Amino acid sequence: MSNVLVLVDHTDGQVRKTTAELLTIARRLGDPVAVFVGDGVQDALPALGQYGATKVVALTNPELTQFLVAPKAEALQQVAAKVEPAAILISSNAEGKEIAARLAVKLESGLITDAVDVQEGAVTTQSVFAGNYTVQAKVTHGTPIITVKPNAATPEAAETSPEVEEFDVTISDAAKTARITDSKPREATGRPELTEAAIIVSGGRGTGGDFGPVEAFADSLGAAVGASRAAVDSGWYPHAYQVGQTGKTVSPQLYVAAGISGAIQHRAGMQTSKTIVAVNKDEEAPIFELVDFGVVGDLHKVLPAATEEVIKRKS
Amino acid sequence: MKIVVCAKFVPDATADRRFRPEDNTVDRAGVDGLLSELDEYAVETALTVKEAAGDPGDTVVTVLTVGPEQAADAVKKGLQMGADAGVHVLDDAIHGSDAVATSLILAKALAKLEADLVVFGMGSTDGSMGVVPAMVSERLGLPAVTLGSDVTVDGQTVRIRRDGDTASDTIEGTLPLVLSVSDQANEPRYPSFKGIMAAKKKPVETWSLADLELSADQVGGSAAWTEVVEVTARPPRTAGTIVTDDDSGPAGSGAHQLVEFLSTNKFL
Ligand SMILES: Cc1cc2nc3c(=O)[nH]c(=O)nc-3n(C[C@H](O)[C@H](O)[C@H](O)COP(=O)(O)OP(=O)(O)OC[C@H]3O[C@@H](n4cnc5c(N)ncnc54)[C@H](O)[C@@H]3O)c2cc1C
Ligand SMILES: Nc1ncnc2c1ncn2[C@@H]1O[C@H](COP(=O)(O)O)[C@@H](O)[C@H]1O
Repeated sequence: MSNVLVLVDHTDGQVRKTTAELLTIARRLGDPVAVFVGDGVQDALPALGQYGATKVVALTNPELTQFLVAPKAEALQQVAAKVEPAAILISSNAEGKEIAARLAVKLESGLITDAVDVQEGAVTTQSVFAGNYTVQAKVTHGTPIITVKPNAATPEAAETSPEVEEFDVTISDAAKTARITDSKPREATGRPELTEAAIIVSGGRGTGGDFGPVEAFADSLGAAVGASRAAVDSGWYPHAYQVGQTGKTVSPQLYVAAGISGAIQHRAGMQTSKTIVAVNKDEEAPIFELVDFGVVGDLHKVLPAATEEVIKRKS
Repeated sequence: MKIVVCAKFVPDATADRRFRPEDNTVDRAGVDGLLSELDEYAVETALTVKEAAGDPGDTVVTVLTVGPEQAADAVKKGLQMGADAGVHVLDDAIHGSDAVATSLILAKALAKLEADLVVFGMGSTDGSMGVVPAMVSERLGLPAVTLGSDVTVDGQTVRIRRDGDTASDTIEGTLPLVLSVSDQANEPRYPSFKGIMAAKKKPVETWSLADLELSADQVGGSAAWTEVVEVTARPPRTAGTIVTDDDSGPAGSGAHQLVEFLSTNKFL
């Protein structure tokens, strides 16, 4: 079978869930070959083997992590020249999309971004125009390069014991240009990652700046917390938690919108959620057009009462 | 310094956006369009950099757009905001171009304009792939600092803050360079009456593919490296249950019914 390259998304060898999803998808197209950039490949190996990587290509050249994306794209180009993959799968985050974009130009290959599904023959599914349309597409020229969104597949184990192959890449001076000079890590919240969470509770302008009830309800459900842009722009919640066109696109099992009107740009980020619930004091709010269940009421009353009842039922 | 802002003409997000049934491309003619809101942040960035330059008179801000006839409106809006000049790449053969082809056209035009600083928005509000800046950087062999939520230009050094998922990073590169800015970067100005009047006298050039030494077979639908196989409108959501919180004690309250719903659907 032909090889399918999967770029591993990890922090110091801790493999992210999206990589398990990519490996699962890659198996529909061929034999997954994981490309691991940076330190910690031995720590990553069990997770990569669990989801069916047949081989792990390790790239440890320090320049790959010192500079921004350009060297990674060069490295992948060199790996692709050797492996001649049938497709290249990359996580659909800011860095992944940039690597993919550069690779498309280098390999003269078609690029599809933000796939929510990939099937045999590398036919992708994307959700466009604020989730109002579903588009199926495929690459018709070169090696299909596809960036895949979180939750595009349920990770399925397929135990392998892949070998690690060190691969030496040469990085051009031209690629060593933009560099990170300072990095302030975000404080961990202990809540699930927004794009990966099964349940999200989001707050908007209707919170009046107090996210306490939103966070408490989220915690009772084991959910992630999201925010509308109005809440972010008001400085009530950090931008990293914004849901919508210029924030994160999420597709959880359950999305709860509290004090959010449901503007098109917000919908763009959450419309494909499986179940949608809203709490809003205005019965005319457009968010109610989307909901499976809606409560017309004051979130400052409804959320705390609901939180209390959830905690009671769970204990 | 020559600053060029790449700005796209897009269908209005609040209008009924659709696909052309004959070829599954985005309908840009039948729907009202405008300068992509996200590219307004790029225009604003360029204007701020110019204003902060030691001698703003030495800096020229050009708005560059690739698109159909109506895309001239996007250039016009940029000029009204305060850009100095406009370039509109217009050619029938461009219709149906994918991101890769668009990046080729932009790269050729940027080379011709000898841009020192190229400013992009974070993504177009229609396609929203957010890949064109990286592709252009790749083609021009220029460094790229992308998704800046705060931008400073200090001599030849461009420094941005990028708020990522796990960290807030400071990223640096040296001119000439490709920059993209997020919608956190600034508050785009509204065109003033004076700006609107002045825009009418600003130079706008229209370039064809031939002006860029490109041929029709390098761009457009026939040169697209991806193909849309099928477009399906999302089925309307079935109307949900809506209850009103009526304060009538726990049993009748919205909270209680909400928790019942969550429990029935196995979310607890
Ligand atoms: C280019 C562009 C990109 C954008 N990107 C995004 C994006 O990524 N994400 C995003 O969210 N928005 C985005 N927006 C902004 C979007 O258009 C809306 O302005 C925004 O989503 C509104 O946020 P909101 O619903 O919290 O506020 P509002 O629209 O003000 O709604 C607040 C709601 O809270 C309700 N409310 C008030 N008090 C209470 C209470 N006590 N209890 C219950 N309900 C209450 C009100 O009835 C109202 O419906 C973008 C806009 C543009 C132009
Ligand atoms: N046709 C175009 N003309 C000018 N600029 C464009 C065009 N398409 C994309 N861009 C620029 O590239 C950015 C990213 O676009 P995209 O990759 O399509 O999301 C936009 O914010 C614009 O700055």
